[in-house]
Amino acid sequence: MTGGNVKKKLKEIFGTKNFLDSTEDRIAYSYDGTPIFSALPDAIVIPSSVEQISELMITANKEKFNVVPRGSGSGLSGGSIPSENSVVLLMNRWDKVIELDKNNLTAWVEPGVITGKFQSLVESQGLFYPPDPGSSQICTFGGNVAENAGGLRGLKYGVTKNYVLGFEVVLPNGEVMHIGGKNMKDVAGYNLKDVLIGSEGTLGIFTKILLKLIPMPSASKTLLGFYDSISGAAETVSAITAARIMPAMLEFLDNPTIRAVEAFAHLGLDTNTGALLLIEVDGPRAAVEEDAAAIEMICKKSGAKSVRIARDESEGMRLKAARKSAFAALARIRPTTILEDTTVPRSELPTMVDFITQTAKRHDIQIGTFGHAGDGNLHPTGLTDERDHAEIKRTGEAFDEIFRKAVDLGGTITGEHGVGLSKKKFFEELYDSPFIKLMKTTKEMLDPNCVLNPGKIISVSPRCEGALPKSREQIEKFTSKMDNPTEAYF
Amino acid sequence: MAAISDDLITQCMHCGLCLPVCPTYALTGLERSSPRGRIRLMKSVMNGTIPISHTFVDEMNFCLDCQACETACPAGVKYGELVESARVFIEEDRKSFSLKTFILKNIVVKKRVLCFAAATLKFYQKSGMEKAALGLLRLFSRGLYNRVKLLPRISNEFALDALPEIMEPTHPAEARGTVAVLTGCVMDVFYADINKDTVDVLLENGWRVVVPQDQVCCGSLNAHNGDGDSPKFLAKKNIEVFEKSGAEYYVINSAGCGAFMKQYGEVLTDDPDFAERAKRFSSKVKDFSEFLFQTGYKKPSAKIENATVYHEACHLVHAQKVSAEPRAIVKEMAGDNFCELNEATWCCGSAGIYNVVRYDDASKLLDRKLENIKASGARTIITGNPGCMAQIMSGIKSEKMDAEVVHPATVLNRLYKMGKA
Repeated sequence: MTGGNVKKKLKEIFGTKNFLDSTEDRIAYSYDGTPIFSALPDAIVIPSSVEQISELMITANKEKFNVVPRGSGSGLSGGSIPSENSVVLLMNRWDKVIELDKNNLTAWVEPGVITGKFQSLVESQGLFYPPDPGSSQICTFGGNVAENAGGLRGLKYGVTKNYVLGFEVVLPNGEVMHIGGKNMKDVAGYNLKDVLIGSEGTLGIFTKILLKLIPMPSASKTLLGFYDSISGAAETVSAITAARIMPAMLEFLDNPTIRAVEAFAHLGLDTNTGALLLIEVDGPRAAVEEDAAAIEMICKKSGAKSVRIARDESEGMRLKAARKSAFAALARIRPTTILEDTTVPRSELPTMVDFITQTAKRHDIQIGTFGHAGDGNLHPTGLTDERDHAEIKRTGEAFDEIFRKAVDLGGTITGEHGVGLSKKKFFEELYDSPFIKLMKTTKEMLDPNCVLNPGKIISVSPRCEGALPKSREQIEKFTSKMDNPTEAYF
Repeated sequence: MAAISDDLITQCMHCGLCLPVCPTYALTGLERSSPRGRIRLMKSVMNGTIPISHTFVDEMNFCLDCQACETACPAGVKYGELVESARVFIEEDRKSFSLKTFILKNIVVKKRVLCFAAATLKFYQKSGMEKAALGLLRLFSRGLYNRVKLLPRISNEFALDALPEIMEPTHPAEARGTVAVLTGCVMDVFYADINKDTVDVLLENGWRVVVPQDQVCCGSLNAHNGDGDSPKFLAKKNIEVFEKSGAEYYVINSAGCGAFMKQYGEVLTDDPDFAERAKRFSSKVKDFSEFLFQTGYKKPSAKIENATVYHEACHLVHAQKVSAEPRAIVKEMAGDNFCELNEATWCCGSAGIYNVVRYDDASKLLDRKLENIKASGARTIITGNPGCMAQIMSGIKSEKMDAEVVHPATVLNRLYKMGKA
């Protein structure tokens, strides 16, 4: 950050107590949930009003420094990792549920409200907020909306954008914009709401979010299907879709993932199982029973060696919680887990799963795969050790192929984690150029000085970005720097 | 010089799932006060990016070492081991005199010195000097006054002195085997009666009980506070003494002691003479409630007669992963009067000697615990650790709440007696 004047100005805006620039604090905000990437911010500010955030953006434009918004820092594509010359805008203290409107089934929340806490709150009132990211215990709504988070219930209920009715947002130039409202229909003007949702913190900072709620389903049932091989599980998924059954959740775990999850959660899962499907159906009691019975039959027909029904709600909850831990639990096998997020049309799932297995073999690396099978959204996870430079490189090469294959199959490089830093290279390379061009134009128009979370998703003007956190492209360079870790890595 | 293990540090993949359960992160909302943040700071100290700065030391000591993060961590990061080795690292680097370390090294580890200190304290409490001293202290230092006020009453007679070394089961016909009991330092100095209750319950359930007279402090307070050597010495002494008792199980009624004695195997893993014996020793260590539940115990016919909650001591639920067993016993004893305590697995702020050395932070956590207790409407709070008992009791006294904090052994013994009456 340029000079003491800027720091002085920021202290004026936020107060000395809410301006942090000790080395220790900067180190503590140099990372998020994304493996490998990290970079130091120059300072961290903690806002207490929309006006302060607005003033921060005006100052950033004037003094040419960057602003990187952050909630809990659990993102998985590097969206909240600082770039050079940046200030972290910490939103986690904005944690109030402002209004729960039971007549309209809506809620106004601040961006720092934790998704899981909010879910418990509305569920205690017989209401339901379906989007359920794996990190729901810690992730915040600001991040959910910025990343358009998905999660375990995408198949039947959709993702975050389907439940955002409106918001208050500070634009990169400091203007405060209000968009949307409690109307279930609203076509006044361009649908800019959906441009900002999923903008990964590059187009605006959410300060207040209006969410849509639905009534809580009256019944639910959780089933477990155990398979000798991955292909049997993948076939089941296609068969369930073809049978026109819509489970609330249809999750897939391969053998390494089952072993890791069992080591953490002690659920008594058979660790010799080749693959596991975790299926939840919900709705009116009669429909739930009917769907569950049909699914049980399909599982057995497609080669499940056994099917088990969760004894009660609490066992179902424990199974879901264990599934949510999969990504981190895999670190029990190897400490660095490079988690990816490829998504393919559901019918291509068996092909994709197969390709991942082959690719891992070819590059002599270990990949654990789990994911939202019902959505075609897989999380192939490279199991490695950041200190093993050669293996990190091989893992990068394997994912290079996996991304390309997904796009060839009509899929996408990211279903729910966002492009951020970790998939930026592939995004610009593999996507239609008018689309990329329009995105760049939009970013340049809204943020001409490129001060709001620069360098994420796309590169607009490298001049303002400064040095970005290490990208996958630079891994080779980066790993060779590891001999002097203080320079490359904190 | 000791180092913080690079393997343990790398195991953290900074997903952030530890944040929602960390009491200190809840207090500050700052990443550096979270397990993930602290691990990153350790990494930076170890690779030389930052020195052992004031902030680093403060964060390592701000941590309660409650290990709630270990329970939450899917990746299996051994955070407790990390923060304890960071504290050893800091102490070894420190050149200046530390009163905390002096007391731990010279008083707590030596049972006789501890008893003398306790006797002096007892005289002070009884003689009326306490009132005068407290009055004076209050004028000069509110903080110190509050700390001294925390102290529970000193026991009239230590169980280690009062109990015979070997006791035969109450009903000889039901004899099942031999167990050895640790009387503990804090437990015996402040809660000798709980030791007597523990022994009574074991005897009632057919166990022959040995209280080895030469036993020493388990070493946990030292290990948690950056003293790397004393714990090893104490562990060896206890291994020798308990082996001699010939007991099949070592029953520990203090969660902190039990957690650490289960770790003797790891503490002495590099000691050729003791590695194997330490592992065997640790495999015999059982928490009081864990032992009763696993071996079976007589269900009391009488029940607790008012609303009852169970506070899960960190060193039981997080460090030992013992939760279902004491819960089952408490539910059995309370029957319909059992109610769930919100955030039952959150640290009460006691955390070894944390409430003495970081009184203000501990008080915030205690307030949170008291709010939850009030909301539950409980009048009986059961918990399996003397530190938690003292901490929560001090809060209950100062808030003038109508409730008592009791150890499961005490309640069970009481109910047995009521059943007989």
